[in-house]
Amino acid sequence: MFYQVDVKSDAEVQVVESGLCWLTGVWYVTLACPCFFPVLSSSRFHLIPRLSNIVPESCLLITVGLLVGGLIRLAGEKVPPVLNSHLFFLCLLPPIILDAGYFLPIRPFMENLGTILMFAVVGTVWNSFFIGGLLYAVCQITPAPSSLHQLELLPCLLFGSIISAEIHINELLHILVFGESLLNDAVTVVLYHLFEEYSGVGTVTVLDGVLGVISFLVVSLGGVLVGAIYGILAAFTSRFTSHIRVIEPLFVFVYSYMAYLSAEMFHLSGIMALIACGAVMRPYVEANISHKSHTTIKYFLKMWSSVSETLIFIFLGVATVDGDHSWNWTFVTVTVILCLVARVIGVVGLTYVINKFRIVKLTTKDQFIIAYGGLRGAIAFSLGFLLDRDVFPKRDLFLTAIITVIFFTVFVQGMTIKPLVELLAVKKKQEAKRSINEEIHTQFLDHLLTGIEDICGHYGHHHWKDKLNRFNKKYIKKCLIAGERSKEPQLIAFYHKMEMKQAIELVESGGGVKLPSAMPSTVSMQNIQPKKPPPAKPVERALPQLPKGREEEIRKILRSNLQRTRQRLRSYNRHTLVADPYEDGFGDLLIKKQKMIELEKKIKEMNNYLTVPAAPPDSPTMCRARLASGRDTDFKPAQQKENKICQDPQSYSVKPSSGDVPTIQVDLASPQSPDSVNLLDELKRADQQKQDEDQGLMMRPPSREGRANKQGEVESSKEQQKLMRCLSDPGPSADEEEEDEPFLP
Amino acid sequence: MGAAQTRTENKYQDLAEKTGFSQEQIKNLHKRFQYLSGDEETISRDDLRKIPALANNPIRKQIIEAFFDKRNQHQDEVGSFQEIGFEQFLMVMSHFRPPTLKTTDEEREAMRREKLRFLFNMHDTDSDGTITLEEYRKVVEELLSKSGSIGQEAAKAIADAAMLEVASTNVPHMGPDDFYEGITFEHFEQILKGLEMESRMHIRFLDVDAPTMHCGKSKS
Repeated sequence: MFYQVDVKSDAEVQVVESGLCWLTGVWYVTLACPCFFPVLSSSRFHLIPRLSNIVPESCLLITVGLLVGGLIRLAGEKVPPVLNSHLFFLCLLPPIILDAGYFLPIRPFMENLGTILMFAVVGTVWNSFFIGGLLYAVCQITPAPSSLHQLELLPCLLFGSIISAEIHINELLHILVFGESLLNDAVTVVLYHLFEEYSGVGTVTVLDGVLGVISFLVVSLGGVLVGAIYGILAAFTSRFTSHIRVIEPLFVFVYSYMAYLSAEMFHLSGIMALIACGAVMRPYVEANISHKSHTTIKYFLKMWSSVSETLIFIFLGVATVDGDHSWNWTFVTVTVILCLVARVIGVVGLTYVINKFRIVKLTTKDQFIIAYGGLRGAIAFSLGFLLDRDVFPKRDLFLTAIITVIFFTVFVQGMTIKPLVELLAVKKKQEAKRSINEEIHTQFLDHLLTGIEDICGHYGHHHWKDKLNRFNKKYIKKCLIAGERSKEPQLIAFYHKMEMKQAIELVESGGGVKLPSAMPSTVSMQNIQPKKPPPAKPVERALPQLPKGREEEIRKILRSNLQRTRQRLRSYNRHTLVADPYEDGFGDLLIKKQKMIELEKKIKEMNNYLTVPAAPPDSPTMCRARLASGRDTDFKPAQQKENKICQDPQSYSVKPSSGDVPTIQVDLASPQSPDSVNLLDELKRADQQKQDEDQGLMMRPPSREGRANKQGEVESSKEQQKLMRCLSDPGPSADEEEEDEPFLP
Repeated sequence: MGAAQTRTENKYQDLAEKTGFSQEQIKNLHKRFQYLSGDEETISRDDLRKIPALANNPIRKQIIEAFFDKRNQHQDEVGSFQEIGFEQFLMVMSHFRPPTLKTTDEEREAMRREKLRFLFNMHDTDSDGTITLEEYRKVVEELLSKSGSIGQEAAKAIADAAMLEVASTNVPHMGPDDFYEGITFEHFEQILKGLEMESRMHIRFLDVDAPTMHCGKSKS
């Protein structure tokens, strides 16, 4: 289109040129804005931290856009009409929606689906007709002429919203507002197209109305279906990607985008398709892909959606400055007021109806938050912008009004909602991570409620959910999830995830830094385990000397494993995708556990020599694992009633522990120095061919950090613990020299 | 005829006051009770075991046992029944009523405690007031019982970890020689604080025959 050489007339040449300019312009604004925004935001936010608390991000973005637009205008250039429909619908919108859909919390969403649908569908329709009708009436009174159809477009556009959850409210409200705004977009777009066609036609009959409803249903449900199909395809594909981990994230994005495009091609709702695709594929894809791919997907999605949102708001600002406005006080103010009124009435009315069907009712406070917090309008603006000037002579009027409302909602409501939430003492979202107890009991509760429903004899909510779960487990998971993971029950999957998270946290936190989730606690596994009958020599708790033979055996085992580790280290190079020890291991984890158990038996024989009562806090055994170089030793052999293997004054620098001391103080080494290695893990890895380079798998973390002993190997039978404490191995060191140091004298 | 009807109504009235259900709901539940018991006065464990839908439930045994547990009758007795009558059946069911808009905050607290107590009783099988490690392990094992051998091995580890978490949350500074006896009810409450039991642990007591939306109309 831009390279037609047979352009003859001036006019056509101009078209070509302006086309090129346009393209350049788009790129210019697109790339410039996000580039200097982070600078702005970071400098501003850091310099004036309070600002970010008071002023939400969207306000700042719009301001920046205004500035940019103003600058361009001053420079005398024509502001490129950056926001055209292609750009918006093909590039800017999908990332935002995919981000929302992929990370949609399915459970609360499904539980509140009825409510959400009511608000989204009925609410939007109500808003459109109410505001449309009233505006029409108002306009009849005042001199400005207008037509019914055009007006009806306005309000339905106004309540689309882009999700940016800046307020942290409790889960129920959050999912309601979030879900509503998601579906709202879809409803809005559908209604928009519908109304557009009606305006073209001129008159609307009842038949048209009915057809409209049917087409609405077809469009939305069709979109969901398309999305679901693509989601399943993506999940199926991810089953076979174990050898091409690097491009796993690509599948997620490509399939989602294809779902969107396919739906749009058939004039179905692309937004619903995208949401359905993301939500459907997620559980299966996450079970199949590596941890790194998962992280990649997460961060890419967040990044793209942030960028898109930023751009939209900036364009909003730019277009405001540039756009042809026709300002009509009456129209605009009435619109703003009507929007608010319609919203409130809609929410209150709908809640009244909904509460009849809900068990957990929505209170007045909830209603207020829903009404107040659910307004934002970037999609609205974009759609308004796309109105064709010819069909709607009043386009500029609309645009101005839309912009005003958007500015109002973004600035005024955006800024006031946070203090209002505080004021109303709305229950905040629980920030704490899910604990294993909560997970156990959630599952327990599910089964319990299903059981009670069965006893009562009716097929309620839980019954069907349970049926769906079983169907899922039996057939679908087998198809879509690779290998061992398909049989893994949810509780175990959760548990592994938790272990892994803690393991990573520990490694990342390096030497002795407190974990953020730390809770000071001195509790360890041995506090829980019922006391075992005392070993053969109860009186004398001193450990007898380990016979030389045993020592030798232990030494051999350790050395051989260390060697293997070292070999693996040397063969690492920058181009190999370093296999994560935490990834791909879950299914195999269980097989490894088998081996662990065998190992346990072997170690049990050695155990007689390793009776370890609770070691005094700063025993070097406890501090054994810490191999920070350059720290002072304060070795206290006298206190030791432990095995003598641990006496090794030269090799280890042990930091004396400070005041409040946990039972098992096993600090991780600092990053530069070798991490401690769980002996048993080492042995476990003996068969594994992959190893991370800065390896040190979890030792017992400092109990100070609360969740002691739960990651890495949780097979913490007492024997293993003791063994590990005493024989904890300095692990492969980044520093080559230390490697050859003998562990045992 | 009239006299018999008033008698049943009075009985229902009593039950309604005791358990908090509405007359409508009690009537429906009575119908169900009679179906389960085969028109007898009492239900035994076998009657409940016969329910086909329960077969797939991993914690079936615990659920059935809960009906026969005396502790769930709000009468401070311990032990278990061999058979239960309709009143006991209703008492157990009353633990699953949802809160209404009119429920005050104290009532919510009380409701939550009651529901947590029910759960606690389900775990504490020897009625000694604490959930020991063994008992907790049993719970997790049962939960994972439908998952084959994988479940069994992991169950122990998970139960241990969970127990550790309870201990470290509630008794953070234990000496090395102290032994954490078991989860007491207070600790149990503490650890499940975040789950908002009163909003989660409920079912809709619909009309048994026709699934219409009668729920939420409870007069309590």
